[in-house]
Amino acid sequence: MGGSLRELRPTLVWALIGVIFTLFAPSVLQLFTIINLTTAIALAVLALSLALVWGYGGILCFGQVAFFGLGAYAYTIGAINFGGSTWAILVAVMVASAFAAALGYFIFYGRVSDVYLGVITLTVTLILYSLIRRTSGPEYKIGNALLGGFNGVSSPPLNAPWDARAILFPEQVFYVAMAALIILYVFVGWLVTTHFGRVCVAIRENETRAELLGYDTRLYKLGIFTIGAGVAAIGGVLFCNGVGRVTPDVFSLYNAALTIIWVIVGGRGTLIGPIGATFGLFYLTASLGGQSVFNNNLVLGIILILFVLLVPKGVAPTLIDWTRRRSRPAGRERRRRRARPEGGA
Amino acid sequence: MSAKARRGEAVVETRGLSMHFGGVRAVDQVDFTLYDKELRCLIGPNGAGKSTFFKCLTGQLRPTHGEVTIRGRETTGAEPHEIAGLGVGIKTQVPNVFDGVTVEENLWLAARRWHGAARARSLTAEVLERLRLGDIRRSLVGRLAHGQRQWVELGMVVAMEPWLVLLDEPAAGMTHEETARTAEIILEINEMAALIVVEHDMQFIRMISRTVTLFHEGRILMEDTMDAISADARAREIYLGRSA
Amino acid sequence: MDQVAALVIQLAYGVANLALISLGLAIIFGMMRVINLAHGEFLMLGGYTVVVATNNGVNLWIAMLILAPLVVGVIGVVVERLLIRWLYGRMVDTLLATWGLSLLLIGIVTSIFGASTATTVSVPIGVIRIGEYSVSGYDLFLIGVTLGLLGAVYAVLKLTKLGLVARGTMQNAEMASALGVSTSRIYMITFGLGAAVTGLAGGLLAPVTGVLPTIGATYIAKAFITVISGGASILAGTAAGSVLLGLVNGIFSFLTGPTFGEVALLLAAIVLLRLMPRGITGRFFRKSL
Repeated sequence: MGGSLRELRPTLVWALIGVIFTLFAPSVLQLFTIINLTTAIALAVLALSLALVWGYGGILCFGQVAFFGLGAYAYTIGAINFGGSTWAILVAVMVASAFAAALGYFIFYGRVSDVYLGVITLTVTLILYSLIRRTSGPEYKIGNALLGGFNGVSSPPLNAPWDARAILFPEQVFYVAMAALIILYVFVGWLVTTHFGRVCVAIRENETRAELLGYDTRLYKLGIFTIGAGVAAIGGVLFCNGVGRVTPDVFSLYNAALTIIWVIVGGRGTLIGPIGATFGLFYLTASLGGQSVFNNNLVLGIILILFVLLVPKGVAPTLIDWTRRRSRPAGRERRRRRARPEGGA
Repeated sequence: MSAKARRGEAVVETRGLSMHFGGVRAVDQVDFTLYDKELRCLIGPNGAGKSTFFKCLTGQLRPTHGEVTIRGRETTGAEPHEIAGLGVGIKTQVPNVFDGVTVEENLWLAARRWHGAARARSLTAEVLERLRLGDIRRSLVGRLAHGQRQWVELGMVVAMEPWLVLLDEPAAGMTHEETARTAEIILEINEMAALIVVEHDMQFIRMISRTVTLFHEGRILMEDTMDAISADARAREIYLGRSA
Repeated sequence: MDQVAALVIQLAYGVANLALISLGLAIIFGMMRVINLAHGEFLMLGGYTVVVATNNGVNLWIAMLILAPLVVGVIGVVVERLLIRWLYGRMVDTLLATWGLSLLLIGIVTSIFGASTATTVSVPIGVIRIGEYSVSGYDLFLIGVTLGLLGAVYAVLKLTKLGLVARGTMQNAEMASALGVSTSRIYMITFGLGAAVTGLAGGLLAPVTGVLPTIGATYIAKAFITVISGGASILAGTAAGSVLLGLVNGIFSFLTGPTFGEVALLLAAIVLLRLMPRGITGRFFRKSL
């Protein structure tokens, strides 16, 4: 059990690596790469949110991308209407969280089962996709912002807090994105060591038992689902800044699948795994990019199937298991040395 | 008979409790009372309704008719977490533990629901000691043997410091020594809490029993000491005759 | 009067359309409790079968009614043997594997046929007039086919040995395997049948919607909602889900335009699940097929 600082140590080590990378990357990498990287960071925040909700909370959310997309749209519409990004970011988080809370109320208080939950969240995403695609007419506007149908809306860039004229340069946006990723990573890493986080893990392990201990599991699930949506929304804000606009494609089936694949490949029950998988797959799909024979759908489909069949725990937990097994070949006598309560980084 | 004597305040009462599944009356008009600090065993052949009755008490099933009151509060149809929230420790028939985390974490989760961080930590250590789980405190519960997992679950019940404990087949699948140890633990729990224990292992019941309630076809057939029930002709016919 | 008739036919078509695109999914869900996330791609494959066959001179009716179910049914069996059977009892993994399959099938079809619309087939039956209003004759035909298909599935479940086993498995999978029924073989046949029915639906809809590698995504939201709202009973669930949601969708589309029809459908389903978490047939008609 120990102090929670000890539990946080691996998280802080990874955060430190992230800080060092942030400081040196702009002087080593080209601007084009930096801008691309900002998009990947935004996706990593999305992966982090699903790693929390699914990996720790055990909530099979197939539509995490819905909150990401809502965040992107809410930010864009907010920033157009407010003429600045500061409040728009807050609005993005609020909109996504409120949407998640409302949806979560029906799902968790109806005690909908796993399979249903996945399918419902996916369906919500797909319906948002087709709904927003149809909003191309001039009548679909929120304040000053036209929704633009399948063409989407171009997103106002981030500006310095409360100073709408001080628009950030791409390099500065990269710093902001990295800072957001690192802070959110440490926040989520801390959250899962708190009483709340540990109860969420307990619910993932055995919901009935958690209930019999007197925990209102519906409320905890709703809580972690809502927090996860807020984190995803920040990813959405960063994403539309990296890309420059937001289109209904953020809600596409392909993106929903991609999010799941990051967490499967990286591993449920860790945070750094899905983040790493996001960067890895981002560069894999980018390098496959143009050519048509091995298109992204094909490659991702094969990756997903192979992982489910052969590495169902994902890369990070498999590596952790493997190093632990190697580090104590003598087995039983030394068993007491370690074995942390699940997870780690 | 002393078994019928009042020992204090009634902590669990059911009035006309019935649970129907389609046309089957699994529990039929049961009036039942448990008094403070009492240890009561529920027995009966398979399908007698004791487990269904138990599930109505714990909120896992919502009874068709009748009502349940726990310490004067009506809890009919309440959610399990609401019933647990009254300070009731529950162990279900299927072992319900948190497999993917350590023994210590399991107990801590129980203690922390009711106590602040510091007290939860010391209580966890206390329960580890009392249930002799110290050696395996850092093992994942999913890797433990069946008997040990049952104790972890009992440990969670103890760590809640409940005033009422409901146990469904706590000794199921245990070896003889494990059963004896479980009986000791249950008697220890009884020092601070009233208990209802559903069991069909007769030897185990003899180790712990004071008053026994015999279920038959969804109703209470008799309520007496184990010796008296063993001596009763009807009881022998419907139950003991078949299994012993 | 004519207007009412036209409206009724339109609503009936909406209901039949939902039932048609959902039935194959419902068969697999009812038997195996698994939602096949590649369902949309099975529909898509049915459509491509029809397009490719007719381009090669096969009669459209043969392509739609025979080839599409046959080809997709065989694909279903192959998929079950190669992929699904390794994951029995692991619901979430099965779900994920079918999602992988969905991506894979989109990828394969895109590699072969390209990402844009393949040559389409035209709707084989013209317009029928009711007074001042005109109705698509093909819509009426699809309503008829859907009813026929539901009848055929009923007959299979009610009259054949397979149906008997299927009903047992639907009620209680453990009991069925305890009785010595080979669950593995049943699952293979189920998956094949579900895929065949889906292929048929995809083939029949190809003239209406055209075909694209990613067209599956436009069907699945509706199919998922229908099956989940309906619950685990194959026929009663599909029928109840389609009628309820088809009417909601139809009425809202009529009142507010198609944009909000789907949203209303989704909201109706979510509220429904709050009240009946296991779908309509989880609460009512539990013993039905």
